[in-house]
Amino acid sequence: MRGTAVSAAVLLAATTAAACGGRDDGDGGGTASGACEGQQTTGITDSTLKLGGIYPLSGPASAYGAIPKGIQAYFDYVNAEKGGIDGRKVEFTVRDDGYQPPKAVEEARRLVEQEQVFALFQTLGTPSTTATWDYTNQRKVPQIFVATGASKWGADDKHPWTIGWQPNYLSEGRVYAQYLKQEKPEAKVAVLFQNDDFGEDLLGGFKKAIEGSKIKIVQEKSYEVTDPSVEAQMRDLAGSGADVFLNITTPKFGSQALAADAKMTDWNPLHVLNNVAASVTVLKPVGFKNVQGVVSSTYYKDPNDPQWDDDAEMKLYKAKMKQYEPGADPAVPYHAYGWAVASSFHKAMEAAKCKTREGLRDSVHNLNNVEVPMLLPGVTMKTGPDDGFPIESMQMMEFKGERWSLVGEVIDTRKEFGPLGD
Amino acid sequence: MADFLQTVIGGLSAGAIYASLALALVLIYQFTGIVNFAQGELAMFATYVAWTFIDAGLSFWLALVLTLAISFIGGMLIERVIIRPVEGAPELTLVIVTVGLFIFINAAAGWIWSFLIKDFPNPFPDGALRAGGVSLGYSTLGVFAVVGGVMGLLYLLFRYTKVGLGMRAVATNPESARLVGIRVGRTLALGWGLAAMVGAVSGVLVAPLLFLEPNMMGGVLIYAFAAATLGGFDSPLGAVVGGLIVGVAETLAGSYVDAIGSDLKIGVPLAVILGVLLLRPQGLFGRAAVERA
Amino acid sequence: MSESTEATETTRAVDTPEPAKDERPAPATPRDRLVAFTVRNWRWIALGVLLLTAVWAPFQLVPFRVFQFTMVMVYAVALLGLNLLTGHAGQISLGHGAFFAVGAYGTAVMMFHWELPYPLTLPLAAALAFVIGLAFGVPATRLRGLYLALVTLAIAIFIVPLLKRFESVTGGSMGLTLEKPSAPAWTGLAPDQWLYFLALAVTILAFVAVRLLLRSRVGRALHSVRDSETAAEVMGVKPASYKRLAFAWSAMFAGAAGCLYTWTIGFVSPDSFTVNLSITLLAGIVVGGLGSTWGPLLGGLFVMFVPSFSQDINKAAPGVIFGLLIIAVMYVAPTGLAGLAGRAAHWFNKTRSNRILRKG
Repeated sequence: MRGTAVSAAVLLAATTAAACGGRDDGDGGGTASGACEGQQTTGITDSTLKLGGIYPLSGPASAYGAIPKGIQAYFDYVNAEKGGIDGRKVEFTVRDDGYQPPKAVEEARRLVEQEQVFALFQTLGTPSTTATWDYTNQRKVPQIFVATGASKWGADDKHPWTIGWQPNYLSEGRVYAQYLKQEKPEAKVAVLFQNDDFGEDLLGGFKKAIEGSKIKIVQEKSYEVTDPSVEAQMRDLAGSGADVFLNITTPKFGSQALAADAKMTDWNPLHVLNNVAASVTVLKPVGFKNVQGVVSSTYYKDPNDPQWDDDAEMKLYKAKMKQYEPGADPAVPYHAYGWAVASSFHKAMEAAKCKTREGLRDSVHNLNNVEVPMLLPGVTMKTGPDDGFPIESMQMMEFKGERWSLVGEVIDTRKEFGPLGD
Repeated sequence: MADFLQTVIGGLSAGAIYASLALALVLIYQFTGIVNFAQGELAMFATYVAWTFIDAGLSFWLALVLTLAISFIGGMLIERVIIRPVEGAPELTLVIVTVGLFIFINAAAGWIWSFLIKDFPNPFPDGALRAGGVSLGYSTLGVFAVVGGVMGLLYLLFRYTKVGLGMRAVATNPESARLVGIRVGRTLALGWGLAAMVGAVSGVLVAPLLFLEPNMMGGVLIYAFAAATLGGFDSPLGAVVGGLIVGVAETLAGSYVDAIGSDLKIGVPLAVILGVLLLRPQGLFGRAAVERA
Repeated sequence: MSESTEATETTRAVDTPEPAKDERPAPATPRDRLVAFTVRNWRWIALGVLLLTAVWAPFQLVPFRVFQFTMVMVYAVALLGLNLLTGHAGQISLGHGAFFAVGAYGTAVMMFHWELPYPLTLPLAAALAFVIGLAFGVPATRLRGLYLALVTLAIAIFIVPLLKRFESVTGGSMGLTLEKPSAPAWTGLAPDQWLYFLALAVTILAFVAVRLLLRSRVGRALHSVRDSETAAEVMGVKPASYKRLAFAWSAMFAGAAGCLYTWTIGFVSPDSFTVNLSITLLAGIVVGGLGSTWGPLLGGLFVMFVPSFSQDINKAAPGVIFGLLIIAVMYVAPTGLAGLAGRAAHWFNKTRSNRILRKG
């Protein structure tokens, strides 16, 4: 094309000029004085606190894009009615990575270098978080409560600035193993799992936890997120003669597997559904009559569960969701998840001795049975020098009527299995 | 043996799903001579329209009728507004436009209805026929019946109606068709409308089985392509037979061939497409085309 | 596309001396002479300015912007390949992301398992992609446009589970994490600047290579195959072998881009190379300008910046805007942004030189 070099040059120069912020790595924030001498105070002042989150708002994983709405509602509420966190109003910037690691890197850099956030509050997904954590740790930017249950966030000592939040998939696998040891000590298990990091981690945790017991995995089948349906896999699993079915899927495939199980009337295993797909929004399309007796585990309160109707935390959550995010349905569990994780951040930030990046890093690694609104009673956040996993307790639940009902006690996997990481 | 038969039946029911979308692909190819990459997304969008009606309290059948009407009009509108300006352009252009349409519709559906799954009522009763340790669900039977019915209608349309004959002339050679007095523009619009309608049937049919969300048809599309390629892009019967063969082949490969397994069975449609195109490009039931300069 | 002949002609026009009728007596004053010189050689001057800007930019921009422009060049190199195949040889590929993945994974495996020094991985990854592209080119040459689109789409979908299957080599669904290349001490460059210059060097190399390729006999053969295979055959060009080569070269550039990607991101996982990547790349080259010299660069800018800008409008907007832009470009400017800019430049060129020459 005739001399488009010009237009390219002009475009480049224009973008350059627009983008020009100067090279000198200067973090606008500077450092603290006094007892916290020399620590980073980028993105935090006496009256404001800037956070950034990265979620898939577009693309195939966009169902998770509901989480930041719950977070936003919480921060709006705290800013308007509580004067912010310790008097600091929280600005929460959400960016979309479409579940693409290179996009996540770009957005992380944008948030840190251009938006000058104090911390990355949640990156979603194992691939996106893996792609960004070298960067955040080199820049010494806290990457707090990442929204993925991979076990590596807590088991790695090279990345002190990154920490998870939800029970990791390994722990969840342990919870199911523990439950089966009690209920069906000689269970023959058939497993359907998503062929990615999430599925493999959870299955791995389960396999490790049943070692030495009489529980056997008789067949495992995987599916790809691009598959139209998991019916074929379900038929193969039904032929295995298993009496327990472990369903490690994401929402749509969770619904399909539940429906397939219901359809095959000659195979009636105990159906164990993993937490990711345990939302009522997954079960309802299958028909409540078809999912009776399915068991799962959880760690936060389900907004659809009538037993919390009079619960003060739940009432506050529902009222404030309506008030600050009127377009978002409070019954969607992702919103409750967002609310709970935002409250967790609130607690951790309050507990920080120094209101600096270093202070936050130390605070999230020194949580001592911190109670958080919307988590189940008995589930608390606990971390320490050797324990980088905030939540490691879950409770089993069974589907009865139109809701989950909790069964048994909260299972603390730390107590039952010892620390992770070996 | 019963296990094997049950697996084959499973493959057939998956195949019926692929066939239902393949019919729409064949239809539009017959009318316009293009392969529409957005066909699956149009079907998904139509299913959301049906869902919206049902959610608003309409009965399933009324919602279906309304959806079919809207799809027909919508398909014609898309042809008029989006395809008409590039009519007669090289295949490359048309493929790219339908890919653009694919991206657009997928994102728009997510924008309007969110990415959370919706439950879609099943018009067929629960339960199954049973014989000799093998069972066949009524909803699967229902899918077979509808796919067979649509196939029959298309056959009659292609074979015996004036529109059908005209459309074959248009797809083969628009210039000559115009010369002999066929209204090319109207025929093309009709093709898009009918294909969108058949796609809507497909979407409504599979939504209770696959669960409705914006990526519902994305996974089906490649299998439907394989089905249409195998059967021949100009044969409704071929689309259905092709769909069933692909469904059974994929299911058996996933269940019984360890080297393929459930993770690599997506390779089956790839192998089918490649194999057919290299060995018998016109497909099992298609007529061979003559390359003209 | 009707633009083909123009593309070939302009290629020639840029590189051969201007026709003699432009060589009027030189204008008298030095200022006029300067203006005349500028007008005659403005394309070279613009190219120089572009290069200078590119070299100067990483010292001025925040690292985040430097990273963005590095990624622009990664995409531009991949799009150069796709442009060869789709723009110049007229073959549709919905599976270009698969070859990108081959390059990225090839590099990752060489660095992770074999611990090869990173500069070596670039030619090796490109060669690997070339060979695989050549192998796929064999069946591809027998397929007409639509069918090739189907096959390449199926390949793009198939590559993801395939990468997961060979876990001991590819790290399975967890992927591989690598050390990013760091700058030699004597340069005094920060890591992001070093990666930027690596990408810049590869990009320049790739642009020059494509330029030479297209100016050779091969380039003309490709164009004739695109415009009419039958006619090409009559003129003694064997369409099959050229299509096969176009496929292989296209894969080679995608492989080189994949290598740059691995250097820049330091992490590969199968879910980074879904069919979405292939579709995004196709969108990039269509909007940038099929068959144009600068289309790949403009396409890279588009792929990088449009999703970021459009998510400021609405969270669901990137897909909607992407889709609409692709369709719109096919209507109003089948030659993409480069075509539009080219038309503008052409007009500018004409009016300016006419005025000067009339004056002289």
